[in-house]
Amino acid sequence: MNYSFDFSVVWENIDILLAGAWLTLKISLVAIAFGLVIGVIGSLCRTSGNKILNAITLAYVEVIRNTPYLIQLFFIFFGLPNLGIKLSAEQAAILSLAVNFGAYSTEIVRAGVESIPQGQWEAGMAIGFKKLAIFRYIVIPPALANIYRALVGQVILAVLFTSIVSQIAAEDLTYAGDYLNSRTFRSFEIYFTVALLYLAIVWLIKGVAFLIENQAFKFAKYRR
Amino acid sequence: MDEFTLSRIFINLIIATKWTLILSAIAFIGGGIVGFIVMLMRLSASKWLRGVSFVYVEFFQGTPLLLQLFLAFFGLSVVFGINLSPLVAATLALTGFTSAFLADIWRGSIESLPPGQWEAGSAIGFGYLKQMQLIILPQAVKSAIAPTIGFLVQVIKGTSLASIIGFTELSRSAALINNVTLQSLLIFGLAGLIYFAVCYPLSTWSQYLEKKLAYET
Repeated sequence: MNYSFDFSVVWENIDILLAGAWLTLKISLVAIAFGLVIGVIGSLCRTSGNKILNAITLAYVEVIRNTPYLIQLFFIFFGLPNLGIKLSAEQAAILSLAVNFGAYSTEIVRAGVESIPQGQWEAGMAIGFKKLAIFRYIVIPPALANIYRALVGQVILAVLFTSIVSQIAAEDLTYAGDYLNSRTFRSFEIYFTVALLYLAIVWLIKGVAFLIENQAFKFAKYRR
Repeated sequence: MDEFTLSRIFINLIIATKWTLILSAIAFIGGGIVGFIVMLMRLSASKWLRGVSFVYVEFFQGTPLLLQLFLAFFGLSVVFGINLSPLVAATLALTGFTSAFLADIWRGSIESLPPGQWEAGSAIGFGYLKQMQLIILPQAVKSAIAPTIGFLVQVIKGTSLASIIGFTELSRSAALINNVTLQSLLIFGLAGLIYFAVCYPLSTWSQYLEKKLAYET
């Protein structure tokens, strides 16, 4: 091995990589926000007691969880135009990521809601709380504390998944790496840096999640 | 020239599925072996071994699998001046990816055992190896099986990314047929269906084992 590493290519083009990283963050954030909404609605359908709603939601969850994200992305980006629905690369990326994250978060949120014993509801009613107030003040906080770590883990996986949207030419961090690689052929230096940038994003999320956990879930500390 | 009829498309996808399964098996076996070693390092008394294995796990869990594939396929080829085939590159990357997650899953199973199990082993004069082999592993395996099978589903789905570096398995074969026929909805729908047929039984099995275990303990 007499290869001489040269990271100057990376430093000279760091602005391209950072622009890509910015789009990665943006796509992730929007998709995760939409995905969470899907997850909350999905978990309500799963726990509603309505058999049809439950079956439809369960089918959605199982189909998404048992097929690769790449196929889901291609199905939406290349497949939907067959039905006359044309999406830009970014729209298809966000839609597919939201649908993907929605399925996983449906199950996570459902587990959270079901982790709260019925007695909590009854206790709320006994001290005269209305249903919405019970949900907001008695059920949600401990449910959220229970699922918080699973949710953060899923958010990190979702951010790592976004790298795949480069394959439909959404100009994210991985796409920026591909672009530089095709110009300079410094494959190792570029992809290694790109990988470390993803790692930095993951650590950033972990750090923020840790701070939020310490602040918001102080009440749940005794349980850990 | 042959027409791509529905049955021809389906047969071609099924043939390609063989390679998805082979690559999954290679990744799972390779990842299992390396993962076991990494797990032992994570649990070892040596600061150095713990540090190295921590960095290893952090890298493979904190970076996208796609980038790991690119690093193996493009990066290593350039650095070592050799041309890695897509299969070799995919094997390297998927082994790294799989081992990092399995090491963590298995470490969790071992750490969930009460420390008294180790102490009981040393009390009857067992050394580290005997404690591990006769006391710890048989118990840890029980709680590790369900999440390990669950992770196998992630590995099978992960092999779809090998298509991007040019390994012809189910996803790449679907993309190639799509380039000719442009019946994207049908083709990617079929590919998804085949993945589902492979993964769903495994997911269900994993969930069943998990429930059974929770019931027993």
